[in-house]
Amino acid sequence: MNRCLSRRLFSVWALSAACVLGMTSTAHAVEEPADVFIKRVSGDILDAIKADKSIHSGDVNKIVVLVDQRVMPNVNFLRMTASAVGPGWRQATPEQQKRLQEEFKALLVRTYAGALGQVNDQTIVVKPLRAAADDKEVLVRTEVRGKGDPIQLDYRVEKAADGAGWKVYNLNVMGIWLVENYRSQFAQEINAKGVDGLIASLADRNKTNARTSK
Amino acid sequence: MRASLKRGVMSVVWVALTVLSTGCATGPNANPKDPLEPMNRKVASFNDALDDNVLKPAAIGYRDYTPQPVQTGVSNFFRNLSDVWSTANNGLQLKGRETAESLMRVVVNSVFGIYGIFDVATPIGLERHPEDLGQTLGYWGVPSGPYVVLPLFGPSTVRDTSVLPVELSVDFVTKHDVVAERNVASVTRLIDKRASLLQTTDMLSGAAIDKYSFTRDSYLQYRRNQVYDGNPPDDDVLPDPSAEPATPSAK
Repeated sequence: MNRCLSRRLFSVWALSAACVLGMTSTAHAVEEPADVFIKRVSGDILDAIKADKSIHSGDVNKIVVLVDQRVMPNVNFLRMTASAVGPGWRQATPEQQKRLQEEFKALLVRTYAGALGQVNDQTIVVKPLRAAADDKEVLVRTEVRGKGDPIQLDYRVEKAADGAGWKVYNLNVMGIWLVENYRSQFAQEINAKGVDGLIASLADRNKTNARTSK
Repeated sequence: MRASLKRGVMSVVWVALTVLSTGCATGPNANPKDPLEPMNRKVASFNDALDDNVLKPAAIGYRDYTPQPVQTGVSNFFRNLSDVWSTANNGLQLKGRETAESLMRVVVNSVFGIYGIFDVATPIGLERHPEDLGQTLGYWGVPSGPYVVLPLFGPSTVRDTSVLPVELSVDFVTKHDVVAERNVASVTRLIDKRASLLQTTDMLSGAAIDKYSFTRDSYLQYRRNQVYDGNPPDDDVLPDPSAEPATPSAK
């Protein structure tokens, strides 16, 4: 057990989930800078979670609704899934790609659901942006402040394809990038059992998680 | 008792060295960051079994049956000890402000926080800057080397393992002279650490397809991030296969 991976890591995970989950889909003016985008959506999500007791207690159905309505419009989940799957993505049929996205999303939602109860008095501090005005992809660095030491929480965002606002395509908690963390596991499964094998493993995992959380 | 502890430490070191010199059982799908994977997996499952049967139940008991103020005090006490080592390592990395702040933390917490039981430094704006010898080496350019899972100690790297004997030799708890107190302190510290990780490890086992590689990839990223103090060079933005023009879009 590494001594530094502490309880804080968990609560930040919870919070990052909250932040991703909570991004509202308000399509603001095109000019909105990436850091303002992150500040706005993470603030909204925190408020939404604090306001809803059933999310706090980990009501998965409620959380799924929240994700679909407010989070997904601000996330390029296609890109997230594709880059986690890696080179195998291009061998997958459109049907398999759809299934991969569904199962990956279910895995993340289910994983984070239990953590949302940890969100309480935290606030998000967005650090100064280091990017040119016309950058298409930007790293937004933030810090979660609450009880204890501040926690690092960074996002990679891209200009949305239609030019309206930003979309998150990766995030990092205390230096651990979400997509990178799934890459070698997914590649392992695809090498051993093909794309369908990976889908089956994800589905299995989701079933097990659903059982244990009941 | 002390001799046996030393022997324990030495055998861990020997295992590590043996692994390093003999390991490298590379298969066709070997991960370049993890040439010792076959060995590591065995050690990891040994650690998991030990954790499931001893450490985790103990940590759960501790979490559920110890008053919260006591738990916080225990945590703070050991964190204060580790701040001493952070001070030294911030110094070795020539980080002036961080060294001074860490030192101030130790002084303030040891004096006003009653041997570190209360963390009075954080509320007055003295933040922690945790550093250890592995990070110091990394700071001066020593690469982490392959991933290593140590028996009992868990995830590590070759670089961090190589300095483990030094870390232990300056550790306040393992150096403490009164055997009974040392044993109590060692066990308490271990359980406190494990208790702080309970939620994380539960989540980890739900999030992972393969717990071993999930843990490895998290640990290596996390450690690298620590070496760069949260600001690692932005070298590897992943390719986006969905952006390939030939790709049939899933949406």
